Amino acid sequence: MTAQADVRLHPAGTTAGAEAKDPRPDPGVPTTPEPADGWTPICPLERLQRERGVGALVGGEPVAVFRTHDDALYALHNVDPFSGASVLSRGIVGDLAGTPVVASPLFKQHFALDTGTAVEDPTVTVATYPVRVVDGTVEVGGA
Amino acid sequence: MVVLAEESRPAYDRVALSSYVGEASEDDLALADDGFHADSLVELHLDDPAVAVDRDRRVVTTRKGRSVAYDELVLATGSVPFVPPVPGRDLDGVFVYRTLDDLDGLREAAEQATVGAGAGRRSGVVVGGGLLGLEAANALRRLGLSPHVVEMAPRLMPVQVDEPGGALLARLVSELGLRIHTGVSTSSIARDHRGGLTVTLSDGLELDASVVVFSAGIRPADGLAREVGLEVGERGGVLVDERCRTADEHVWAIGEVAAVRGRTYGLVAPGYAMAEVVAGRLAGDDAEGRFTEADMSTKLKLLGVDVASFGDAHASTPGALEVRLDDPVAGTYSKLVVSDDAQTLLGGVLVGDAANYETLRGFLGEKLPGDPMSLIAPAGDGAVGVGIDALPDGAQICSCNAVTKGALVHAITSGEAATVPQLKACTRAGTTCGSCVPTLGKVLASCGVEVSKALCEHFSQSRAELYEIVMATGLTTFSDILTEYGTGRGCDVCKPAVASMLATLAGGHVLDGEQATLQDTNDHFLANMQRNGTYSVVPRLPGGEVTGDGLIAIGEVARDFGLYTKITGGQRIDMFGARLDDLPAIWRRLVDAGFESGHAYGKALRTVKSCVGTDWCRYGVQDSVGLAVALELRYRGLRSPHKLKSGVSGCARECAEARSKDFGIIATETGWNLYVGGNGGFTPRHAELLASDLDTATLVRTIDRFLMFYVRTADRLQRTAPWIESLDGGIEHLHAVVMEDSLGICASLDAQMARHVRSYADEWAAVLDDDDKLARFTSFVNAPGTPDPTIEFVDHHGHRVPAGMKDGQPTDLGALGFDTSVPIAGPTIPVGAPA
Ligand SMILES: Cc1cc2nc3c(=O)[nH]c(=O)nc-3n(C[C@H](O)[C@H](O)[C@H](O)COP(=O)(O)OP(=O)(O)OC[C@H]3O[C@@H](n4cnc5c(N)ncnc54)[C@H](O)[C@@H]3O)c2cc1C
Ligand code: SF4
Ligand code: FES
Repeated sequence: MTAQADVRLHPAGTTAGAEAKDPRPDPGVPTTPEPADGWTPICPLERLQRERGVGALVGGEPVAVFRTHDDALYALHNVDPFSGASVLSRGIVGDLAGTPVVASPLFKQHFALDTGTAVEDPTVTVATYPVRVVDGTVEVGGA
Repeated sequence: MVVLAEESRPAYDRVALSSYVGEASEDDLALADDGFHADSLVELHLDDPAVAVDRDRRVVTTRKGRSVAYDELVLATGSVPFVPPVPGRDLDGVFVYRTLDDLDGLREAAEQATVGAGAGRRSGVVVGGGLLGLEAANALRRLGLSPHVVEMAPRLMPVQVDEPGGALLARLVSELGLRIHTGVSTSSIARDHRGGLTVTLSDGLELDASVVVFSAGIRPADGLAREVGLEVGERGGVLVDERCRTADEHVWAIGEVAAVRGRTYGLVAPGYAMAEVVAGRLAGDDAEGRFTEADMSTKLKLLGVDVASFGDAHASTPGALEVRLDDPVAGTYSKLVVSDDAQTLLGGVLVGDAANYETLRGFLGEKLPGDPMSLIAPAGDGAVGVGIDALPDGAQICSCNAVTKGALVHAITSGEAATVPQLKACTRAGTTCGSCVPTLGKVLASCGVEVSKALCEHFSQSRAELYEIVMATGLTTFSDILTEYGTGRGCDVCKPAVASMLATLAGGHVLDGEQATLQDTNDHFLANMQRNGTYSVVPRLPGGEVTGDGLIAIGEVARDFGLYTKITGGQRIDMFGARLDDLPAIWRRLVDAGFESGHAYGKALRTVKSCVGTDWCRYGVQDSVGLAVALELRYRGLRSPHKLKSGVSGCARECAEARSKDFGIIATETGWNLYVGGNGGFTPRHAELLASDLDTATLVRTIDRFLMFYVRTADRLQRTAPWIESLDGGIEHLHAVVMEDSLGICASLDAQMARHVRSYADEWAAVLDDDDKLARFTSFVNAPGTPDPTIEFVDHHGHRVPAGMKDGQPTDLGALGFDTSVPIAGPTIPVGAPA
């Protein structure tokens, strides 16, 4: 696998601010965003199993990073807006009508990995982050 | 409108009476909906029968002394069971089978008989081997008694079936455990010295019985009519004309009490038809309605043996021909009665396999679509069979409610109904005896409506079909199965379902290789995720036993990791609030203390609850704890379509609540009774008796087969109760499969379970020995050890619970009169992350 094939960038507008990411009234999350062009190293690419996610801390925010069967990488804010729990990285990855999704482990709503939109309720969206691989290391940006 | 009722409950579905000993409640059987009770035009007086009628003044007097004036009087008093004048028929423990009150009494007597010191398998005697007698015998069986059936005629169901059909029927029901005595009558019933009953038959045979049920026919309840001088039929019944009117123009009779032109009808459909005629006339919307003839087709329900009879079953039409097919090996008998030119179907009898009953009945009086023999010949023998498509629109599919094929097709094509429940709701078909329900499905299918069994969008197969495929092909990875038999990438429905299949077929650790990616978070981290993303931890305590040292070890773990601790209903200890990163350390301590995974996180065997049995209890008749521990260790780790729970009670007092479990075992003096299909939860169900008085080896073998058959054939997330219900033939079919190997699969089921038992290894111990697997247990891969900042706890009456109530507020204990300044139990646990 080559590094350039793994890079996946999202439009800047889809990465909303920390307040929008966490729907709880008082998330109690320390928000220490890094500069907009900062990239946070996550882990070696091999550490990511295909069709599964891991949790990571990006600028103090819990983020879920996924690798799908075709080696595409995605990152979503880890907090499930329906339950308020920081758990999306632990959901089952798959596809619905061709769209790659992760299912929340708590109430099983599905979130599109590329847009963060909830399949069951398109008015609900979790923030997405750009992901890339540099020298075999997965990095998440935009925090 | 004033309704006077003798019984103390509003009208209920008598046809479904027998389901009351099983899962149905009084409410399930209610006939009138709330609208009826709220209707200001209807006045209902329960428990207050009419005792006199003054036809000149047009007044009815009730037992409680009420006088009700009428313009029109409708008698619908039904029938009373006929009890032959046998000495001893008035003794306690002798019942009839007609009302809910009868069944309450019967149930109580059966329970008393099966409890009590020295309870073995008790018997019951049913007098009368007709349709109702067999239903009653089945009810006794479900109440835990061994039924005898005494029939005076030389065969069972003499009214409906002929000699060869009756012989086969006797054989089939004997195989189900009914003991049949035909050609004999009951001479006497007497109380024996132990408080039971002894029934003496005319051939001198003496039967011990805890209860006796008379089901020897019914007599129209026409006493009131006789008293007021209304004419009755030769064999009883209020004589009415086709308008259901008596000689008194203001008095009508309908249902079983009515003798329409001298003939009474003991079925529900003619009663409904008469009711409609009278209602039409009284309400004035159909002044011409007449009751002419009735479909007297009958089908034995519930017992699990197919018997059906329709039309002119005894070929009494002049010139009628009989076409028979008797296959003693397959256990089926079919007979069609046709007109002398073999063109028109007049009637028939089906025993052993009545799958074609509804369709054949639809051809009654119609021209047959083929040679009569080909209609009853087994499929594949050049038989054409009868498809729904061949039926004329006017054919009656539901005889109880007079619903034709045309009416059903209309409901489907007009878009009113697309499923069987919807068809039932909008046409009422299938809502009475239920025997036409399978045909409703066929009508739907013939209209092109398919009921999808697909697992999800990625697999068009049902779980059972996919299981068959995986078993037959030996595929061992989800990717291969998906590539060969599915589409797309899979989802949170099919992935865990396939993971569960692979666990019982291919074995190996649930977190090996690709398997790990398929698992739901609970299986992925071998713990139960709670609402704030933390996990709960449940070590296995087989049979609910725990030592003092074990308790201390658990207590120390709970204290050191700041876990909220609760005793579960399954006799174990659940520790809540564990952070993902702490799970390995928690389990290191538990495994070192001798504990293993309790699989509380898996769709797998949970617990085998037990009472203390003979070890401690003065009533115990078997070692319930020993059996519970053995069963829990045998089936631990078995992945299944849904969670599995079990219980073992040491005697019939049932302190372990075994009958609320998927498989429950209750000790008897001589062995074990095995009940299956119980559960608590949303739709609580009592488990049903599958086999009784088993020795331990047979018991374990039977459970092995039951569980493996369930694992192979149930739907995803289908508990055992709905699974058994979904089996064609229900629990009788299950009994045949696991006790008599009717499908020839027992050797394979046994071998599969033996493999499971052999290959069991503690999932947690294996993770602790494997660095790759351990590496998963971090909240943040780029900051291992950093606690998730979103997880917070608060104090709730001295216990540590997740911050932020999701719905509602914590119960205000002060408002309930508790002194909240004092913790309710134990010292206050410091709130916040553990040190
Ligand atoms: C176990 C069982 C299974 C059956 N299975 C089937 C089946 O599969 N298919 C089928 O077609 N039929 C079946 N039947 C028969 C069916 O239940 C009857 O045909 C039907 O209930 C008759 O209805 P009815 O209204 O005429 O009488 P009932 O249902 O007997 O109702 C008469 C009511 O009138 C009351 N009453 C009597 N006298 C008075 C009085 N003086 N004042 C006030 N109230 C009075 C009685 O207490 C009773 O509640 C079954 C019956 C039983 C018992
Ligand atoms: S504890 Fe067990 S043995 Fe004792 S009465 Fe209860 S069920 Fe029977
Ligand atoms: S035939 Fe009895 S409910 Fe349809």
